[in-house]
Amino acid sequence: MRLICPLCGARDRREFTWMGAASLLARPPPGGDFVAWLHERDNPAGPLDELWLHEAGCGALLRGRRDTRSHDCAPLQLAGGSA
Amino acid sequence: MRYSGFRVLAEGLRGGKGWQPFWRKAAPAAEYDAIVIGGGGHGLATAYYLAREHGLSRVAVLERGWIGGGNVGRNTTIVRATYMLPGNQEFYSAALKMWQTLAQDLNFNLMYSPRGLLMLFHSDGQRDAFARRGNAMLLQGDDAQLLDRAGLRALVPYLDYDQTRFAVHGALYHPRGGTVRHDAVAWAYARAADARGVDIIENCEVTGFDIAQGRVGGVQTTRGAIRAGRVGMVVAGRSSELAARAGLRLPVESHVLQAFVTEGLKPFMHQVISYGMGHFYISQSDKGGLVFGGDIDFYPSYAQRGGLPRAEQVMQAAMTLMPAIGRARVLRSWGGIMDMTPDGSPVIDHTPIDGLFVNAGWNYGGFKATPASGLCMAHLMATGQPHPLAARFRLDRFASGAVIDEEGTGATHHLH
Repeated sequence: MRLICPLCGARDRREFTWMGAASLLARPPPGGDFVAWLHERDNPAGPLDELWLHEAGCGALLRGRRDTRSHDCAPLQLAGGSA
Repeated sequence: MRYSGFRVLAEGLRGGKGWQPFWRKAAPAAEYDAIVIGGGGHGLATAYYLAREHGLSRVAVLERGWIGGGNVGRNTTIVRATYMLPGNQEFYSAALKMWQTLAQDLNFNLMYSPRGLLMLFHSDGQRDAFARRGNAMLLQGDDAQLLDRAGLRALVPYLDYDQTRFAVHGALYHPRGGTVRHDAVAWAYARAADARGVDIIENCEVTGFDIAQGRVGGVQTTRGAIRAGRVGMVVAGRSSELAARAGLRLPVESHVLQAFVTEGLKPFMHQVISYGMGHFYISQSDKGGLVFGGDIDFYPSYAQRGGLPRAEQVMQAAMTLMPAIGRARVLRSWGGIMDMTPDGSPVIDHTPIDGLFVNAGWNYGGFKATPASGLCMAHLMATGQPHPLAARFRLDRFASGAVIDEEGTGATHHLH
């Protein structure tokens, strides 16, 4: 599998570390439901919005949509918005 | 039909005309006392113990595909009781004891082979950790023995002891660990459950739940609606997907775990061996093939096939540990979809919906748990109370903090 980094281009999947579903970015406010945020997971058989860290590359936290049945993956975007 | 040596002989003499299918092709009835969703090893065992231990006469197992087509046919067939933490320890110890007599219990040859399990260590620190684990296993009443390098070498001379990268210092030996013929487990439980009147309904996918006032009343399936006041979800690998149909979110991610088989070789590997410096383990099947596997691919997948980077890493681990097998050709590989929980331990518990129960989160180790999982799940569904062996496998342990982090890496999803 190859993933497309917005900064580096198409790279081997081994350069990336999977960080979780993108819903992790929506941290609840103080007093919110942290148990659900931390432990209950988006885990669909199908398209999943997720986070990848380009650990052995540019180091950017990236976000993209991948189909968990086929591993078809759209080009990734910077998780924090455009550079 | 009761199986015996005499029966094999008699059927051999009359051309095998008397053999019958292991179970009936049941059609769904309108209502049952209990429904078990999932016809894998755990689901079939649950149905069997519901009938045998609790006398429920109207039980159905609903299977989306076919019996034996899921993870009960996609594993490396290893059974062991090498756990250390309260909760896991007594549960897996009981499971191993059940394996020892299960073939007689189910009247089916499960080819249970207590060939011994060797967990290698490669440093002083790892030896200390295994000594501690071994002592915990002995206190639980299981067997464990710490082998030094010479002791290990006498058992398995073919490891690469002279390598400088990850020198082999010894092993924790668990003599009663071993393997069981995995497909036979599914067939045996299906046959035994069927004999006690359980309806095993294949090609029947659950598409929704009938829930009114916080209580389950039945399920919607591709073969029509079925009523039942007690419904158990026993679909590890697909637990999140099914639970979502009941409006629930689980602390589970689904990951693919790969395994590999080589061509048949003459018997030379007489134990199950796990490598301490990488997630790699190997045994030789009775047919002669080397059966081995590694770690998960570390990103969620429902593809039932693994990625090549992990396959490469597993082969590297094999060659580092035992270069002798380098010329064996790999015949096939497969991937099973695993429920991964944050702490690596399973869930057998109530859900917030009355009458709906969940058995999920088996991570790397579902196969070895099969009999005890079925026993505990049946107890929970029949009595509404957790079985003492599984009382800590709670769904709310991530909120309460009573996690069972066997690996000791931290009870967070991406850490193991």
